[in-house]
Amino acid sequence: MIDNQLPALIVATPLAASLLMPIFRSAEKPWVLSLLTTWAVFGMTVLLLLQLSDRSQSPDGRAVISYAIGNWMIPWGIELRIDRLNGFVLLVIAMISAIVTFYARLSVAQAVPQHRIPFFYSVWLLFITGLLGVAVSGDIFNVYVMIEISALASYTLVAMGQHENPKALLGSINYLVLGTIGASFFLIGVGYLYSVTGTLNMADLAERLKPLHGNRALITAFAFILVGLSVKMALFPLHGWLPDAHGYAPPIVSALLSGVAIKVAAYVMIRLVFSLLGMEFSFSILPTGPVIWVLSSLAIVIGSYTAIQQTSLKRLLAYSSVAQIGYIAMGLSLANENGLTGSLVHVFNHALMKSGLFLVAGIVSYRLGAADLELMAGLGRKMPFTMSALVAGGLGLIGVPLTSGFVSKWYLVSGAIDRGAMPLALVILLGSILAVMYIWKVLEIVYFRPSLDSARAVTEAPWSLVLPAWILIGASLYFGVDASLPSGLAEHAARFLLEQS
Amino acid sequence: MVVFDLYNYWVFILLMMIGLYTVIASPNLVKKIIGLSVLQTAIFLFLISLSKVSGGTVPITGPSAELYSNPLPHALVLTAIVVSVSTMAVALAIIINIKLTYGTIEDDEIRKTEGH
Repeated sequence: MIDNQLPALIVATPLAASLLMPIFRSAEKPWVLSLLTTWAVFGMTVLLLLQLSDRSQSPDGRAVISYAIGNWMIPWGIELRIDRLNGFVLLVIAMISAIVTFYARLSVAQAVPQHRIPFFYSVWLLFITGLLGVAVSGDIFNVYVMIEISALASYTLVAMGQHENPKALLGSINYLVLGTIGASFFLIGVGYLYSVTGTLNMADLAERLKPLHGNRALITAFAFILVGLSVKMALFPLHGWLPDAHGYAPPIVSALLSGVAIKVAAYVMIRLVFSLLGMEFSFSILPTGPVIWVLSSLAIVIGSYTAIQQTSLKRLLAYSSVAQIGYIAMGLSLANENGLTGSLVHVFNHALMKSGLFLVAGIVSYRLGAADLELMAGLGRKMPFTMSALVAGGLGLIGVPLTSGFVSKWYLVSGAIDRGAMPLALVILLGSILAVMYIWKVLEIVYFRPSLDSARAVTEAPWSLVLPAWILIGASLYFGVDASLPSGLAEHAARFLLEQS
Repeated sequence: MVVFDLYNYWVFILLMMIGLYTVIASPNLVKKIIGLSVLQTAIFLFLISLSKVSGGTVPITGPSAELYSNPLPHALVLTAIVVSVSTMAVALAIIINIKLTYGTIEDDEIRKTEGH
C-alpha cells in the first residue's frame, strides 16, 4: 500500500524532482514542477499527520509511525520515525515551502539570470529535501547528513543573491565556514554518542543512554552537539553569520532560511535535550537551563536592539530572527509544559510571520530594486495591500493581542512564571517593547514620510506576489484569534516530550 | 604510559586545533577552506579510531573471523567524506565568484573595498 510508504516518499519526491530540473531550459517549467512537488509534499504530510492521529486512537495509543528504509531491520537499518514532535515540524516545513514556492516565479525571474533558473529550482528543492529529511529521520547520523544537504544547498542559494548585491557572496562563504564548523562539532558529538552506546538510532540511543548519565564521554558529546546546533540555529553569540546570509540572499531564500531552516536546527536541539538525553541529564546533572536562559535573554535584547539600527528591511528582519530564536531557545530551556509549548507554537507562528515579512521585503525589492528603508518612504499609499501585510506581520512580531505572536508569548511568559523565573518574563516583555521600536521605525517611514521622486511610478505589485505574502500573514492573524490548531499540536508534542523524558 | 597508548586521539585533537586555528587566523579564503578540510579530516580519524579492535581482522564473517573491526564507523566516514568533498566544491565555487567580483580572496582586502 502506498500510504505505508509516505515517510520515505516525502523525502524522495523533492529529491527526484530536484535531479530532474537541469533537463529544462525555460524558466517556467522548473517553477511548475517545483510547485507541484512542494504541494504534493504538503498533501502527503497532511495525510501522514492524519495517519498519526488515527494511530493515537488505536488501543495501544502509541502515536508513532516507524518506517524501515530498504526493509533493513531497526535499529541496524536506518529508521524514519514520525511522532507528534516531528510531525509538527514536518507540517511547518511543508506548508511554508509550498506557499513560498508559489511566490517564487516572478521573484526568482528577477533575482537570478535566465539560464540559471532551472539550477536555482534544483538547489531549492534539494534544500527542502534536506529540511524534510532532518525532520523525518530517526537516525542521528542521518540527521547530520540531512543537515548538511540542506546547509550546502542553502550556501548555494544565498550566493545566488550576488546578482542583486555582491555582498551575498561574502555572506555565503561566512555562513559556509561557520556552518561547517557547527556541523563538524555535531559529527564529533555523534561519534562520542556512538562510542558509548554502539548505536545511532535515536530511539535506541535514548534507551541505552539512560544508565550512562554522568559518563564523561556523554557530557562531551552533549557539549559538542549543543554548540554545533547553536551555530546552525544562530543562537546568540553564534549568530554572526545570520544577518549577512539572510539579509543578502534572494527574498524567497531568506523566507525559507529565516522561517524554517533555523527552526529545524532548533527542533534537533529539542529532540536531543528532551528525547535523547532526557530532562534529568540535560537540566539536573548539567546546568543547561541557566546557560540557555542567559544566552537567549541576550539574543532577545541584543538582536532586537541591533534590528532598530538597520537601514535595510531585510537585515532588520534578519536581526529580528536572531531575537525570535532567543524566544524559542528560552522556551525549551524552561523545561515545563507551557514553556515547551510556547517554544513549539513560536516555531509555527514565527515561521508564518517571518516568511510572510520576507516575502513583503521581496515585493519591495521587486518594485524598487532594493529593500532599503530610505527608498520605502511613502510606499503605504502606493502599495496599500503589500504594506498592510507589513503592518499585520509587524504587529505579530511585537506580539499584539489577536495576532499569533501574542499566543506564543503568552505561553512563554506563563512558562517563565511557572518556573518562578520572573526576570525571564520581563525579558520577553522588554523584547516586545524593542520590537515595537523597530517595527515603528519601518511603519513611520512607510506611512508618514513623503514619497521619493524616484518612486513616483511605483504601483501595487502583481497579485501572484501579494497573495502568497497575505496567505502567510493572514494565516498568522487567523491563528492569533483561533489558536486551537497550532497550540493543540504543540501542546500534544510538548506533553509527549515531557512524558518521554 | 597510558597517555601515549591513546596517541591516535592526541593526533585527532592536534589536527582539529590546527584546522580551527587556520580557519580563524588566516585572512585568505582558500586557506580557511584548507583549515576546514583539516578539521573534517581530524574527525574522520577520530571515527576510524573508534572502530579499531586490537588484533581484529577485516569485517568478513566466516569460520576464521571471530574478532573483527567494527565496519559501521567506516561507512559513516565514507559518507562524511562525501559531505566534506561537496562542502569543498561549493566553497571553491563561491570563492571563484568572489575573486571575479572583488579581484582578491583576502578577507581583509575585501572588507576594505566594502568599507566595513
